[in-house]
Amino acid sequence: MGPKAIDRILKKYDYEHSSIIGVLQDLQDEENYLPEKDLEHISERLSMPLARIYRIATFYNTFSLTPRGKQLINVCLGTACHVRGAARVLDRLKMYLGIDVGEMTKDRLFSLQTVNCVGACALGPIVVIGNEYHGQITPGKVESTIKKYRKKPRKSATKSPRHKKLKIEN
Amino acid sequence: MITFTIDGFEVEGEKGQNVLQVALDNGFDIPHLCYHEALKPYGACRLCQVEVTKGGRTRLTTSCNYPVLEGISVQTNTEKTTRARKMVIELLLARCPGVPIIKDLAKEYSVGEPRFKVDNDDCILCGLCERVCREVVGVDAITFLGRGSDRKVGPPLEINPKTCIACGACVYICPTNCIKLEETESERTIVRWERTLPMKKCKACGRSFAPWFQLEYFGKITDGIPADFWDKCVDCR
Repeated sequence: MGPKAIDRILKKYDYEHSSIIGVLQDLQDEENYLPEKDLEHISERLSMPLARIYRIATFYNTFSLTPRGKQLINVCLGTACHVRGAARVLDRLKMYLGIDVGEMTKDRLFSLQTVNCVGACALGPIVVIGNEYHGQITPGKVESTIKKYRKKPRKSATKSPRHKKLKIEN
Repeated sequence: MITFTIDGFEVEGEKGQNVLQVALDNGFDIPHLCYHEALKPYGACRLCQVEVTKGGRTRLTTSCNYPVLEGISVQTNTEKTTRARKMVIELLLARCPGVPIIKDLAKEYSVGEPRFKVDNDDCILCGLCERVCREVVGVDAITFLGRGSDRKVGPPLEINPKTCIACGACVYICPTNCIKLEETESERTIVRWERTLPMKKCKACGRSFAPWFQLEYFGKITDGIPADFWDKCVDCR
């Protein structure tokens, strides 16, 4: 991300130190991870020690310091999803994408992660791709669901990145 | 002045002081690893736990961050405090079995083999290095990274903190001596942070006495000191 774009984010938050989490969220929405040089730039512009930014960035699981694919696939492994076969869905996903949890596909399209509950237990097993929730997913539905995202530009789903969209596949 | 008792003896403290500080000043022996008088109390190591009686109720609490209050009664050595400290020492011993200061504490409190899974770490996450770097030195070169069982102390990106002036405050303050400093004629290295800085030679005696970067930093944060002051070592100034 260019320095100008970062300055735009910082301006939005009025260069407040207390808004650092918001700044990092916005940066991650753009880049999908937190690039080192961008964090250095933020630290300089806010005259906030880089160490303090890293402390926050490493504390929260949503922030990633390593590059991630365009689409983030989160497989819920919470209790409800687990008993309904989330482990098998995850295995199928790993096989289909050819990556392990925490890795990114070679074409930089997908990153695979697990999460311990997304709070939508009634829809389990649930897989969250980007901002879209795919409920009652089975190993058989994995391929067709992922295929839809192959051509999709990342932010087509919704304008506001933190707005959630619910989708139940039948 | 605030008057209260420690183990039955009457002691006096000032407003803003904490119980541990007053106890140590009066010669009471309370074990502690994460407390230093130059820094804000942090309450991380849980070794300084004492029993405090206030308004008829007694409870176990850390003395390093407990403020002195009029009329409280502090017990530094009871069955409860010993049990609490033993537990803490056992956990610390399981984390860092090779650290002398923890081995000594285990001996003193007769803690044997820990029941927990034994690790081989040398850092107890007391946060002293991180706090001294921020509160005293003011460069904020190192910090806590991650959380939970993955938590550790280190520079951003885990090596070579760009703001570190290699002053060695973290080396000095570390209770387990896990941060090492190595110095040659031309360079100083803080081994744990992988930070190496070139040394400056004294203009008068020729001895290399401090890293260039450190003296630049001192020059920046001090006012009204002539620039050539930093060209000479402490003995030649």
